[in-house]
Amino acid sequence: MTVIRLFEQESERQYKRARIGGYCHLAIGQEAATVGVVAAMGPEDLLLSSYRSHGFALAKGVPATTVMAELFGRQDGCAAGRGGSMHLLDPEHNYFGGWGIVAGQLPIAAGMALAAVKQGKELAVVCELGDGAVNMGAWHESLNLAAVWRLPVLFTVFNNGYGMGTRVDQSNAEPEIFKRAAAFRMPGERVDGQDVEATHQAAAALLERARKERQPAVLEVMTYRLRGHSVADAGTAYRTKEEVAEWAEKRDPIALVTERLIAAGATAEELDAIQRDAQREVDEAVAFAEASPMPDPSTLADFVYGDPETGRQFSRMAPGSPAGEAAVLAQLEQAA
Amino acid sequence: MATTASGIETMTYREALRLALREELERDPSVFLMGEEIGVFQGSYKVTAGLYDDFGPERIMETPISEEGFVGAAVGAAMAGQRPVVEIMTINFILVAMDQVVNHAAKVRYMFGGKVGCPLVIRTPNGAGNQLTAQHSQSFEGWFAHVPGLKVVAPATPADARGLLKSAIRDDDPVLVIENLQLYKAKGEVDTSVDGAVEIGRAAIAREGGDLTMVAHSFAVTRCLHVAERLQAEHGISAEVVDLRSLRPLDMETVAASVAKTNRALCVEEGWASYGVTAEVASRISLACFDDLDAPVGRVGMAEVPMPYAKSLEDAALPHEEKILIAALEVCGA
Ligand SMILES: Cc1ncc(C[n+]2csc(CCOP(=O)(O)OP(=O)(O)O)c2C)c(N)n1
Ligand SMILES: [Mg+2]
Repeated sequence: MTVIRLFEQESERQYKRARIGGYCHLAIGQEAATVGVVAAMGPEDLLLSSYRSHGFALAKGVPATTVMAELFGRQDGCAAGRGGSMHLLDPEHNYFGGWGIVAGQLPIAAGMALAAVKQGKELAVVCELGDGAVNMGAWHESLNLAAVWRLPVLFTVFNNGYGMGTRVDQSNAEPEIFKRAAAFRMPGERVDGQDVEATHQAAAALLERARKERQPAVLEVMTYRLRGHSVADAGTAYRTKEEVAEWAEKRDPIALVTERLIAAGATAEELDAIQRDAQREVDEAVAFAEASPMPDPSTLADFVYGDPETGRQFSRMAPGSPAGEAAVLAQLEQAA
Repeated sequence: MATTASGIETMTYREALRLALREELERDPSVFLMGEEIGVFQGSYKVTAGLYDDFGPERIMETPISEEGFVGAAVGAAMAGQRPVVEIMTINFILVAMDQVVNHAAKVRYMFGGKVGCPLVIRTPNGAGNQLTAQHSQSFEGWFAHVPGLKVVAPATPADARGLLKSAIRDDDPVLVIENLQLYKAKGEVDTSVDGAVEIGRAAIAREGGDLTMVAHSFAVTRCLHVAERLQAEHGISAEVVDLRSLRPLDMETVAASVAKTNRALCVEEGWASYGVTAEVASRISLACFDDLDAPVGRVGMAEVPMPYAKSLEDAALPHEEKILIAALEVCGA
């Protein structure tokens, strides 16, 4: 949790220094929700999330170095500099992506669960989505598919109170989102996402049923984003300063877990060590990202297709001959 | 906004769109707006800023994130006599509503034998260039221009943004108004003393010239205007820039008249060129101006990759001015 908090604060700084660009959605305030759910996952379980993805990548074990390098748009980023903040991914750690279209990841999560079933694997898929995503058609279609096909998916709704500037009760006819699971006859539960242990417990139980019984479920994790929707949003037009301050002062998940650790006998030195180690990890991530080269423009078309011959054919059919893309790029190269 | 006595005001593209919305909301009580974050949040790109305060939640309807639902609802409201103006936050998100746009809105009038129309407007920005990556950097207005039953306009200046949006709202058929992320902050003169509606289906000569015709729409017009200055200053080539303004219907007369004069044509777009707007226009030029052409028609679009994030790659993918300049010189045999 501390690594995520410090990583996000560093991301915010680096964004202001223009080392990070594009959209950048921070998870500050949602660390317990993220870690609680991900820690309940088994080693074989798969994770998909929305674009608010840094915390998920880190919690799932993707090295902070390659995550920061991706945010910097460098060659050694976890998505080779192609994806950026919204599209982190690392199959080695069973993290199958940050996705940018609201609810786009839901049917994909169902499909990954379907593949697992076909392959006889006993695993579960965790699909995170925001409270805003439950009003998309893809929500209904995916939950129905998961239910009729008995797919082991845990639809994990991070209810952080808002979808951009819209409060949950303004956009949702049923603002108690977990209740919507009933429409698909699957379990639906709500848990306090600022409480890392409660979240962990709730997720663990539902994941167990998913693995053992192929029982899909909805877990609504109540949390709060302490920053704006993205770094471009001050986060003040649609909510009061008092509301934000209340959450920051009384419901900050890091403060809450620290209190618990102290009550359980953690010493000041131990707490300092957590902070120090986390800071070192983040500093190393920045150093790694800085040292990683920008992707070479000659690699632009890499990964459009898996098979290189298709790529070559594409370059031959580049439009606009004699002034087509291929000719223009060749001339640019010559000029350089 | 800066005002002079004559009514000519300098304003941004964003402000010009807002002005058109305000004027139409005031003129016609059946006009209402729908979209995500267009009220309290003032619009993701602040086009609707202030309208919620002035017109209230009935006329400025904030929607849940449900594009297929509210675009379809707008189709229904339009069939039933309202004039909905829907904002899709960026063109990328229209894909989840594609069925309502292409299979429903576009079909209503024809499929039911002309018995009912669908006076719907969808406003949405295309564009790339801010490292928004693959799912948020697209320009596929050409897909909609492919569809009979839809009209597609793509203004490049504040005056046209106001004028074309007004005409779109008054049109009895579904119109897509393609705005552009880079253009929102662009400034230009708008004559607020006149109604200023711009007829749909008329291209404009954005710059006069005699040696080369550059055909573009939306932000590519701005790029071409810059390139035209460089062609003049650095190569003594006088380029004419035709701003299509409307993709469907397409004003080929204006394009062909220009090419008949210059004998050379380069078509430029922000999106992928294969099967794109430039493909359509170049093919028509080749047919209409076959005897006039001194060189094959050139085309420039975005590199045919999903937009990458890294700045070095994004720069390589964009149809930036350097690429357009080289293509223009090629067409001119220079
Ligand atoms: C289909 C679609 N429509 C609109 C958007 C723009 N958009 C991005 S995030 C967002 C709000 C989502 O809110 P929520 O699901 O609550 O997630 P949170 O940002 O709170 O984590 C919107 C409207 C999008 N990405 N995709
Ligand atoms: Mg939310």
